Amino acid sequence: MTLELIAFGIVKDIIGGKTLKIVVKEGTTVKELKYILTKKFPKIEGLASLMVAINQEYADLDIVIRPTDEIVLIPPVSGG
Amino acid sequence: MNIELSPKEMGRYARHLAIPEFGLKGQKKLKAARVLVIGSGGLGSPLLLYLTAAGIGHIGIVDFDVVDESNLQRQILFTVDDVGKSKSETAAKRLKGLNPNVEFTVYNTQFTKDNALDIIKDYDIVADGTDNFPTRYLVNDACVLSGKVNVYASIFRFEGQVSVFNYPNDDGTRGPNYRDMFPEPPPPGLVPNCAEGGVLGVLPGIIGSMQASEVIKVITDVGEPLNGRLFAYDAATFETRILKIRPNPKTHIDKLIDYQQFCGMMPSAASQEIKELDVHELQTLIDNNEAIQLVDVRQAYEYDISTLDGERIPLAEITQHINKISKDKKVIVYCRTGKRSKTAIEELELLYKFENLYNLKGGINAYATEIDTSMAVY
Repeated sequence: MTLELIAFGIVKDIIGGKTLKIVVKEGTTVKELKYILTKKFPKIEGLASLMVAINQEYADLDIVIRPTDEIVLIPPVSGG
Repeated sequence: MNIELSPKEMGRYARHLAIPEFGLKGQKKLKAARVLVIGSGGLGSPLLLYLTAAGIGHIGIVDFDVVDESNLQRQILFTVDDVGKSKSETAAKRLKGLNPNVEFTVYNTQFTKDNALDIIKDYDIVADGTDNFPTRYLVNDACVLSGKVNVYASIFRFEGQVSVFNYPNDDGTRGPNYRDMFPEPPPPGLVPNCAEGGVLGVLPGIIGSMQASEVIKVITDVGEPLNGRLFAYDAATFETRILKIRPNPKTHIDKLIDYQQFCGMMPSAASQEIKELDVHELQTLIDNNEAIQLVDVRQAYEYDISTLDGERIPLAEITQHINKISKDKKVIVYCRTGKRSKTAIEELELLYKFENLYNLKGGINAYATEIDTSMAVY
């Protein structure tokens, strides 16, 4: 299935844009998605606290992603 | 509540009094409230201006920094005449002129694990407008330990985040806090702050105003605060998101810790040991044609503002390019002010055993001020 990821913050720089289409197998979990992203973009690995929100809600690592889900990647920012 | 408004105050706050669910009751709650604002910069400016105008009874301002010319692009509390002066003291003076009914306490000091709980205890609610991860975690933990609501906002380039942490729920539990969302800080250098990554000047105006609005809502109990929700805004695309967040059972905060260390920064004892040289010493080396290597650890966009040439390796990528850094020549590492270069040297010395690195004190800005005045200071 093809997922569209929407990025905020430094993740936009890391993945090279606001959105990213990525092909994963059916039944992929949030944990697996994070792993796939880390392999594709090694800098993601440093973001231990990258928040993944699915359908406007913080998603735990064991959540199974469905093809229609809206996936948002939100890293911490520190500016004030 | 034994709080009264004078006729003059009634006049001043007439537009609040006219809102049915707000009214005199809400205004009295504002007057009775004590709010601690940590950081009086980009977010702190609109936050403090609106909280003061709204008639909060007592506002504490924590900031140890002084006003810099580069702050004026967004920190609307300050003017050209304030450059070089204490931010917290200048802010209190300006705000007193805006609303003499408000009392201010100025903490012209760094917010640290040693003074945090002592400062916070005198306040009902905290608003976090700080600019670095160690202080973010410190503010969060101190609020959780003290049982205070933390109205949080943070900014980066075109983006902002707002939430209300540690909010008391009706059932006696507390809403999520910063660590429930971001349990661990990113490694140093990966997520730039405003100085490194840049920020659109108007962005803290938008986000800091939202933060002020949440503070007022929490105090007056009007509406629904951003408890259990994170607001994320991207001004570049005008995208807004409100994401549900919840407490993480793995979050445990039982005491304040060493936040510099937690965020991967070297403890100060170790960081004092790095070698430094000032811009005059550098110039002597250059004039004498000594065999040196310059390493610029700034971001690419900064090269157009000013440059001393040399190898260009942004701080976040430094460990991937160690082969580009000489191990036998004297290597002078520089950035804008000497902070990022210091972090780079600490990392290179610790992890890769470099012994020939020197930090350029004051960075390229010092060079532009003291050696080549045709260069821009930023």
